[in-house]
Amino acid sequence: MQIVSEVREPLVTGGKTHKDVTEDICKQVEGAPSPAWLASLAASLLALGVGGYYLGDMLWNGIGRWGLNKSVQWAWDITNFVWWVGIGHAGTLISAILLLFRQKWRTSINRAAEAMTIFAVICALFWPIAHMGRPWIGPVWAFPLPNTYGSLWVNFNSPLLWDVFAIGTYFSVSLLFWYVGLVPDFATIRDRATSKISRLMYGILSLGWDGSAKSWMHYEAVSLILAGLSTPLVLSVHTIVSFDFATSVIPGWHTTIFPPYFVAGAIFSGFAMVLTLMLITRKVYHLEDYITIEHIEMMNIIIIVTGSIVGIAYTTELFIAWYSGVEYEQYAFLNRSTGPYWWAYWSMMTCNVISPQLFWIKKIRTSLMWTFVLSIVVNIGMWFERFVIIVTSLHRDYLPSSWTYFIPTMHDVGTYLFTFGLFFTFFFLFAKFFPVINMAEVKAVLKESNSKVYRARRTLVNEPLPSLEETVVEKEA
Amino acid sequence: MEKNKHFLVGIFGDQDDLLHGVEDIRKKGVKIYEVFTPFPVHGLEHALGYQRSWTPKAAFMFGFLGTCLAIIMQVGMMVIDWPMVIGGKPYLAIPDFVPVTFELTVLLASYGMTLTFLFVKGYLPHKVPRIFDIRATDDKHVMAIDLANNSLSEEQIRSILKDVHAEEVYRRDFTDEENQSSFIKYVVDLFTNGVTRSSRIAHHR
Repeated sequence: MQIVSEVREPLVTGGKTHKDVTEDICKQVEGAPSPAWLASLAASLLALGVGGYYLGDMLWNGIGRWGLNKSVQWAWDITNFVWWVGIGHAGTLISAILLLFRQKWRTSINRAAEAMTIFAVICALFWPIAHMGRPWIGPVWAFPLPNTYGSLWVNFNSPLLWDVFAIGTYFSVSLLFWYVGLVPDFATIRDRATSKISRLMYGILSLGWDGSAKSWMHYEAVSLILAGLSTPLVLSVHTIVSFDFATSVIPGWHTTIFPPYFVAGAIFSGFAMVLTLMLITRKVYHLEDYITIEHIEMMNIIIIVTGSIVGIAYTTELFIAWYSGVEYEQYAFLNRSTGPYWWAYWSMMTCNVISPQLFWIKKIRTSLMWTFVLSIVVNIGMWFERFVIIVTSLHRDYLPSSWTYFIPTMHDVGTYLFTFGLFFTFFFLFAKFFPVINMAEVKAVLKESNSKVYRARRTLVNEPLPSLEETVVEKEA
Repeated sequence: MEKNKHFLVGIFGDQDDLLHGVEDIRKKGVKIYEVFTPFPVHGLEHALGYQRSWTPKAAFMFGFLGTCLAIIMQVGMMVIDWPMVIGGKPYLAIPDFVPVTFELTVLLASYGMTLTFLFVKGYLPHKVPRIFDIRATDDKHVMAIDLANNSLSEEQIRSILKDVHAEEVYRRDFTDEENQSSFIKYVVDLFTNGVTRSSRIAHHR
């Protein structure tokens, strides 16, 4: 039967009470680790170990171990950097921009998305440091520290330095926002803890939170201001990352469309990664009532919007290259689509422009299997986008004698694997020891009478349920 | 009766009952010590008559400090201490200083505001909270009324709380030691007496 109620589908289904929320989420933290979790953590640690071997070898012998050559001096390193930063954009978007727009559906997904953001930004920060070749003196080059070269300072005209400040600030503020959100939930776990160690550890992490009305008032104001500050911050980070390219004079990089195009792409890939991870977490932790099909549909709609912006940006780039009349610019784009790297360009086009359009079909955007597959396809596409921008613009410069073809070595693959190991190790540790859903916020959007509303709706759509008395008795027992 | 030691605690299950309860109780002239809730209840701060949070002002001041420091740093390094011609740009290349100025403004505003809030309210890793009812972080709203602060008798307040649909009403007394528990004492107590008997929740129901 058709839905006849004006009432929207509840954000949390299953007629959950506040007590149920605490139980469902804390259960994951309090229970013994499952074999599946141990196996996943072992796999991540294996990736970290194998990747670590290649990383160590690269650090010992230098970045010549990567497939870089005289023309292509940035390849997988900066591709991976931009890719990870992009993935790290969804969490703060969900928690900050959607908070400002009062989108309450974000409450079920913001915790895990923010965690993912932080881990992705750690992986991103790894790359510029690694690609310095001598990473142990990286901080001296990157920060305005007094030094022995007659106090020669860092160059504030350089977008690479803006990047240091942008990503450093983004990481710090995201971490703060995430931690502030965790404090009340740590207090919940602290008060339920049955072992001495966990009571002490979660007690320390909860900062002695007591949930007083006055503190909640300040806390809400702090969250709102942090959201207000993070919103332009999210947009600024990928804008500044795009300046790394846009302020140069390399054909294919020197375009003013880069900032909005990079930001849209970042949100696109970030949401795709959130979907990949949330679909797994939802399944493993049985969170179907918290992360409903409606949540997934909302995220898929954001993927259509940002994916379409990315598609328009690709087309605009081609048009402007032709319309500018600049021969080198025109060649750069012709070379991208028909040159030796045509396969990368068309993989990018297929994965990023065509595949998200499938989400216009309601059956596909509400299907878990399709969403899962397409979310991975989108991230493959977004990796190719960065690879295409970086490598195809560099491999053929103004001198045909220095034209080259970049081929990755095992060290490129291995170091990339290392960041995957890092990301998933962090994520699995988070999923076990931290509450994966923001309990306090979910409780706030869940009216105690939610079970009654839920019942009323179900009655309207003619689905038989046990009598009200029975459910009430169950809840009280 | 000494202040801050003898409380009457009312437990509420539903946030609307709590909001109406708070309004009615205050109308009857009972002073509420504090309400503890598992999640932010909107409108509670108005019902309790609290003033607006000062944290946005702190954010503005720290943000302004960040802006100033960023400009002083960049101008000091690039214009005063070691001027250099880079790409033919002027020493004082103001548009180039915008990104770093913005980032430092955001960084100082957010950290300054949040850390000030945590320090001022005493939310620090070693803090041992005074817990009225352990369910306040789970599913119940806990209202605490300081008996020494009210002229009405305990029985009168108890009946008022019952009138506004408090699910449970009970008396909660704290010793001086519980009111000023130190972290070291708490940890020693936790590890000698165990989780369920440690001072923090000894009286929880």
